[in-house]
Amino acid sequence: MSALIDIRDVSVGFTGRDGRTREVLRNIDLTVAPGESVGLVGESGSGKSTLAFAAMGYLKRGLRLLGGSAAFNGNDMFARSRQELERIRGGQLALIPQNSGQSLTPTLRIGAQLGEALRLHSALPVGQHGARVIELLSQVRLPDPEGIVARFPHELSGGQQQRVAIAMALAGDPVALLLDEPTTGLDVTTQAHILELLRDIAAERSMAMVYVSHDLGAIARVCDRVVVMYAGEVVLEGPTRQVLRAPAHPYAQGLLASIPRLDDATLPVALDGRPPAPGEAGAGCAFADRCALVQDKCRATRPPLAAVESGERVRCFFADEARRDRGRRKGAAPVRYSRDSAMLTLDDLSISYARPRLIDQLLGRSSDLLPTVDDISITIGKGETLGLVGESGSGKSTILKTIAGLLPPAGGTVAVGDHPLPRLVEQRDPNQLRQIQLIFQNPDDSLNPRHTVADILEQPLKLYYGLSSTDLRARSVQVLERVRLGAHYLDRLPSQLSGGEKQRVAIARAFAADPEIVLCDEVTSALDVSVQAAVLDLLNDLKATQGTTYVFVSHDLAVVRALSDRVAVLYQGRLCEIGQTDHVFGGVSHPYTEVLLGAVLEPDPDTAPTLTADDVVERAPPAQGCPFQRRCPRKVGTICETDTPPWQRNGGDHAIRCHIAREDLA
Amino acid sequence: MLRMLLRRLFLGAITVWIVSVIIFAGVEVLPGDACTAFLEREAKGKLLENCREAQGLNRPAVERYIEWASGAVRGDFGVSANGQKSISELVGNRLRNSLLLAICALGVGVPLAIFLGVVTGLRRDKPVDLFFSTAAVFAMTIPEFVSATVLILVFSVWLGWLPGIVLTSAGAPASEFFPEILLPVIVLAMVMTAHILRMVRSSVIEVMAGDYIQMAILKGVPYWRIVFRHALPNALLPAINVVALTIAWLLGGVVVIEVVFNYPGLGRMMIDAISDRDLPVVQAIALIVATVYVGVNLTADLMTMFLNPRLRTHALRGS
Repeated sequence: MSALIDIRDVSVGFTGRDGRTREVLRNIDLTVAPGESVGLVGESGSGKSTLAFAAMGYLKRGLRLLGGSAAFNGNDMFARSRQELERIRGGQLALIPQNSGQSLTPTLRIGAQLGEALRLHSALPVGQHGARVIELLSQVRLPDPEGIVARFPHELSGGQQQRVAIAMALAGDPVALLLDEPTTGLDVTTQAHILELLRDIAAERSMAMVYVSHDLGAIARVCDRVVVMYAGEVVLEGPTRQVLRAPAHPYAQGLLASIPRLDDATLPVALDGRPPAPGEAGAGCAFADRCALVQDKCRATRPPLAAVESGERVRCFFADEARRDRGRRKGAAPVRYSRDSAMLTLDDLSISYARPRLIDQLLGRSSDLLPTVDDISITIGKGETLGLVGESGSGKSTILKTIAGLLPPAGGTVAVGDHPLPRLVEQRDPNQLRQIQLIFQNPDDSLNPRHTVADILEQPLKLYYGLSSTDLRARSVQVLERVRLGAHYLDRLPSQLSGGEKQRVAIARAFAADPEIVLCDEVTSALDVSVQAAVLDLLNDLKATQGTTYVFVSHDLAVVRALSDRVAVLYQGRLCEIGQTDHVFGGVSHPYTEVLLGAVLEPDPDTAPTLTADDVVERAPPAQGCPFQRRCPRKVGTICETDTPPWQRNGGDHAIRCHIAREDLA
Repeated sequence: MLRMLLRRLFLGAITVWIVSVIIFAGVEVLPGDACTAFLEREAKGKLLENCREAQGLNRPAVERYIEWASGAVRGDFGVSANGQKSISELVGNRLRNSLLLAICALGVGVPLAIFLGVVTGLRRDKPVDLFFSTAAVFAMTIPEFVSATVLILVFSVWLGWLPGIVLTSAGAPASEFFPEILLPVIVLAMVMTAHILRMVRSSVIEVMAGDYIQMAILKGVPYWRIVFRHALPNALLPAINVVALTIAWLLGGVVVIEVVFNYPGLGRMMIDAISDRDLPVVQAIALIVATVYVGVNLTADLMTMFLNPRLRTHALRGS
């Protein structure tokens, strides 16, 4: 069978500031047969997206083709004219982009954008385009396609936007789809639904797929074959099962070990070091500096991509050893805490974003809007880690903001120890401020780009401890060492650090205050998995040495599992379930927790998600009854709509809020 | 939507009202008044008192403010201190002249600026971009009186193509200002084009680097269709506000050009009134210019909101 996509010896690079050519892709070969589904895996900067775009004959601004060819269906995509490319792109070869919210033109209605794709690539007479648009939208299982046609992209949820992008790709009846991280940034349930949709569509139309992702769980679900990329080259290529079960390359090995698993109570193992920047890989193997099996030979000569007996192609001299090395390194055990005294108490907390209208305030009327977060009572012990999980819009971050005093509660109190905290940051005294520190999701946003690391770390030290300048410097070094960074980082700017280093600085800043409580808001979701593992490891160590209490918010259940002593599950700002991590993630669960756990994708080709509830996005919680009533797959009856469910306890501290009896929930 | 519109109109009116109070109070605390200005050195004793009596200047300030403000709402700003002519009439002519100048400059400048902005944005770092971007920096940085003087030297002194100065009187019909108005229009258009061009250029560059443009390319949309249908509707939105500020600037802030070319516009009248200490006229012009600023910005905001689906939804939700 001849290849549909045939990339041969492609090298892509850019000219650096010093005038040298730096390679982003190095001599890549990739073939995809009709109907085949290939996954491109690697960390950020590995060149996987660049490779997928190169298959369309497209390179981002500044990049240029240094050699090789990329053919689609016999057309050399880098040699064809613009008109020919326009005919192929979006027609036989379509792209589903990473962030559909930003990839749909904001000023055009959905109908117009789909209609444009049809006009460009469909043989249908124009009169039938309207009907075809509706048909496409129904095929991607969007509710109310007639209504969606008239909407603008921003009026849709993330999952809906992604479905529109899929519908748009299907408009040209493609034989091959390129998917660039199509589910990154979506909720777990939405992600699982989108992946099932893609699987179904690909099977139905026997389309080839090139699936670019850093998420091995998604790859395991969708792909027949996996290509692992590192520093712009292919390091391992083979059938999905073999690559994920018995990876023959040390990098793939490390990548797999760094993924937290739901069924594993130990922390993931971090991959030390960082990949070489473009053009900095020396004569030897690009992975040599981070490899546990490295020999002199590896540093001297670059290993070829060679076929091994089991059928994969591996760029490593020691493929067999790599395979045997599997499982040798174990992750650290998470530091567990035994409960004694209460550190942080949330008592009947409710938070509302809706500002009361002036007229209501004057007349003393209370707003009839439902609070965004309601009825939250949680006591967190000293040194305990509480994980907060839920989909976007579940109020996880909102609760953190209120604890930090950035958002006033509409009712209820936040107390540290026995002392209730003033509602807002500006009313809190310096010691109260010191006690609670926040770490944010994206260090690019939370670190001032014009402050050096020293400036960043000295701020809390000056603020809370009033240190003199000589002490400051010495203290900053100590604080940095705590997050395993050396003193030489002090004079660097955030732009001179890698993503993981930046997040370490953000963590160091929080710990510089010697806080009792650290609030972590999705602190690893902007990081690569290997870096995520290192950050989790660091947080775990700090917990052991500092005895810090964490409130850990994440949409990634496996990450929460790795670090938390207890977990609280939120839906629409209301608690559904709370209890020890093992109890929440195993055994009896709230129907919503079950839905969340069912949607988790493990990097294992033999597991499949169980999808029980639709991934509908609700804008507001129902006025009464159970918050999950509209989506619940186990709804009992009208009681769910009228009565707030009771807490069902196991005698210990595991509690589920449901009308179904605890015995029947299992 | 309607509620939002009314709210914005109301806020605009409040702004103008506050400005009117500040203007009135400002003039009030200055030493002297319309009578001392009019009578100049003889301003003392009986003569001054009679004048104040006649002008009603001895009444309390609040009363006079109310009278002035209610007159202004009806378009009646009273009479000027020098010469005792109706301010509405004087200012009306000048306002028309300023509008004429503004419309001509906008008519030339805005289309040119948008065209060049789009071209330079699309051809970033190519010779055409380097040429016009550099030219724009020059046009922005050379003071207007210098460029005006150079243009007069070249086009009226050396070449003799265009009149270098406006001799038409303020009240003459609009058609009589041609061709005298051409040189001031060119100078204004140059400065304006430069500003708008740079704004449009950076906006086009930003939009063209966006994900949805990349998506359109990879969807096989032809280049010019990408530009006109996907890029420009988004790239030109910020231009609306810059154009609005330019309009306001053209109506009240181009004093230098008006002086150089002897053009009878609002700006020059303001300067003349200030040097003559003709306070009623100063008040009137200040209020008119303030109203224009508020009005133009309000219109621009509403247009942006109407043309940007994201803001429109926001407004419809009534927040």
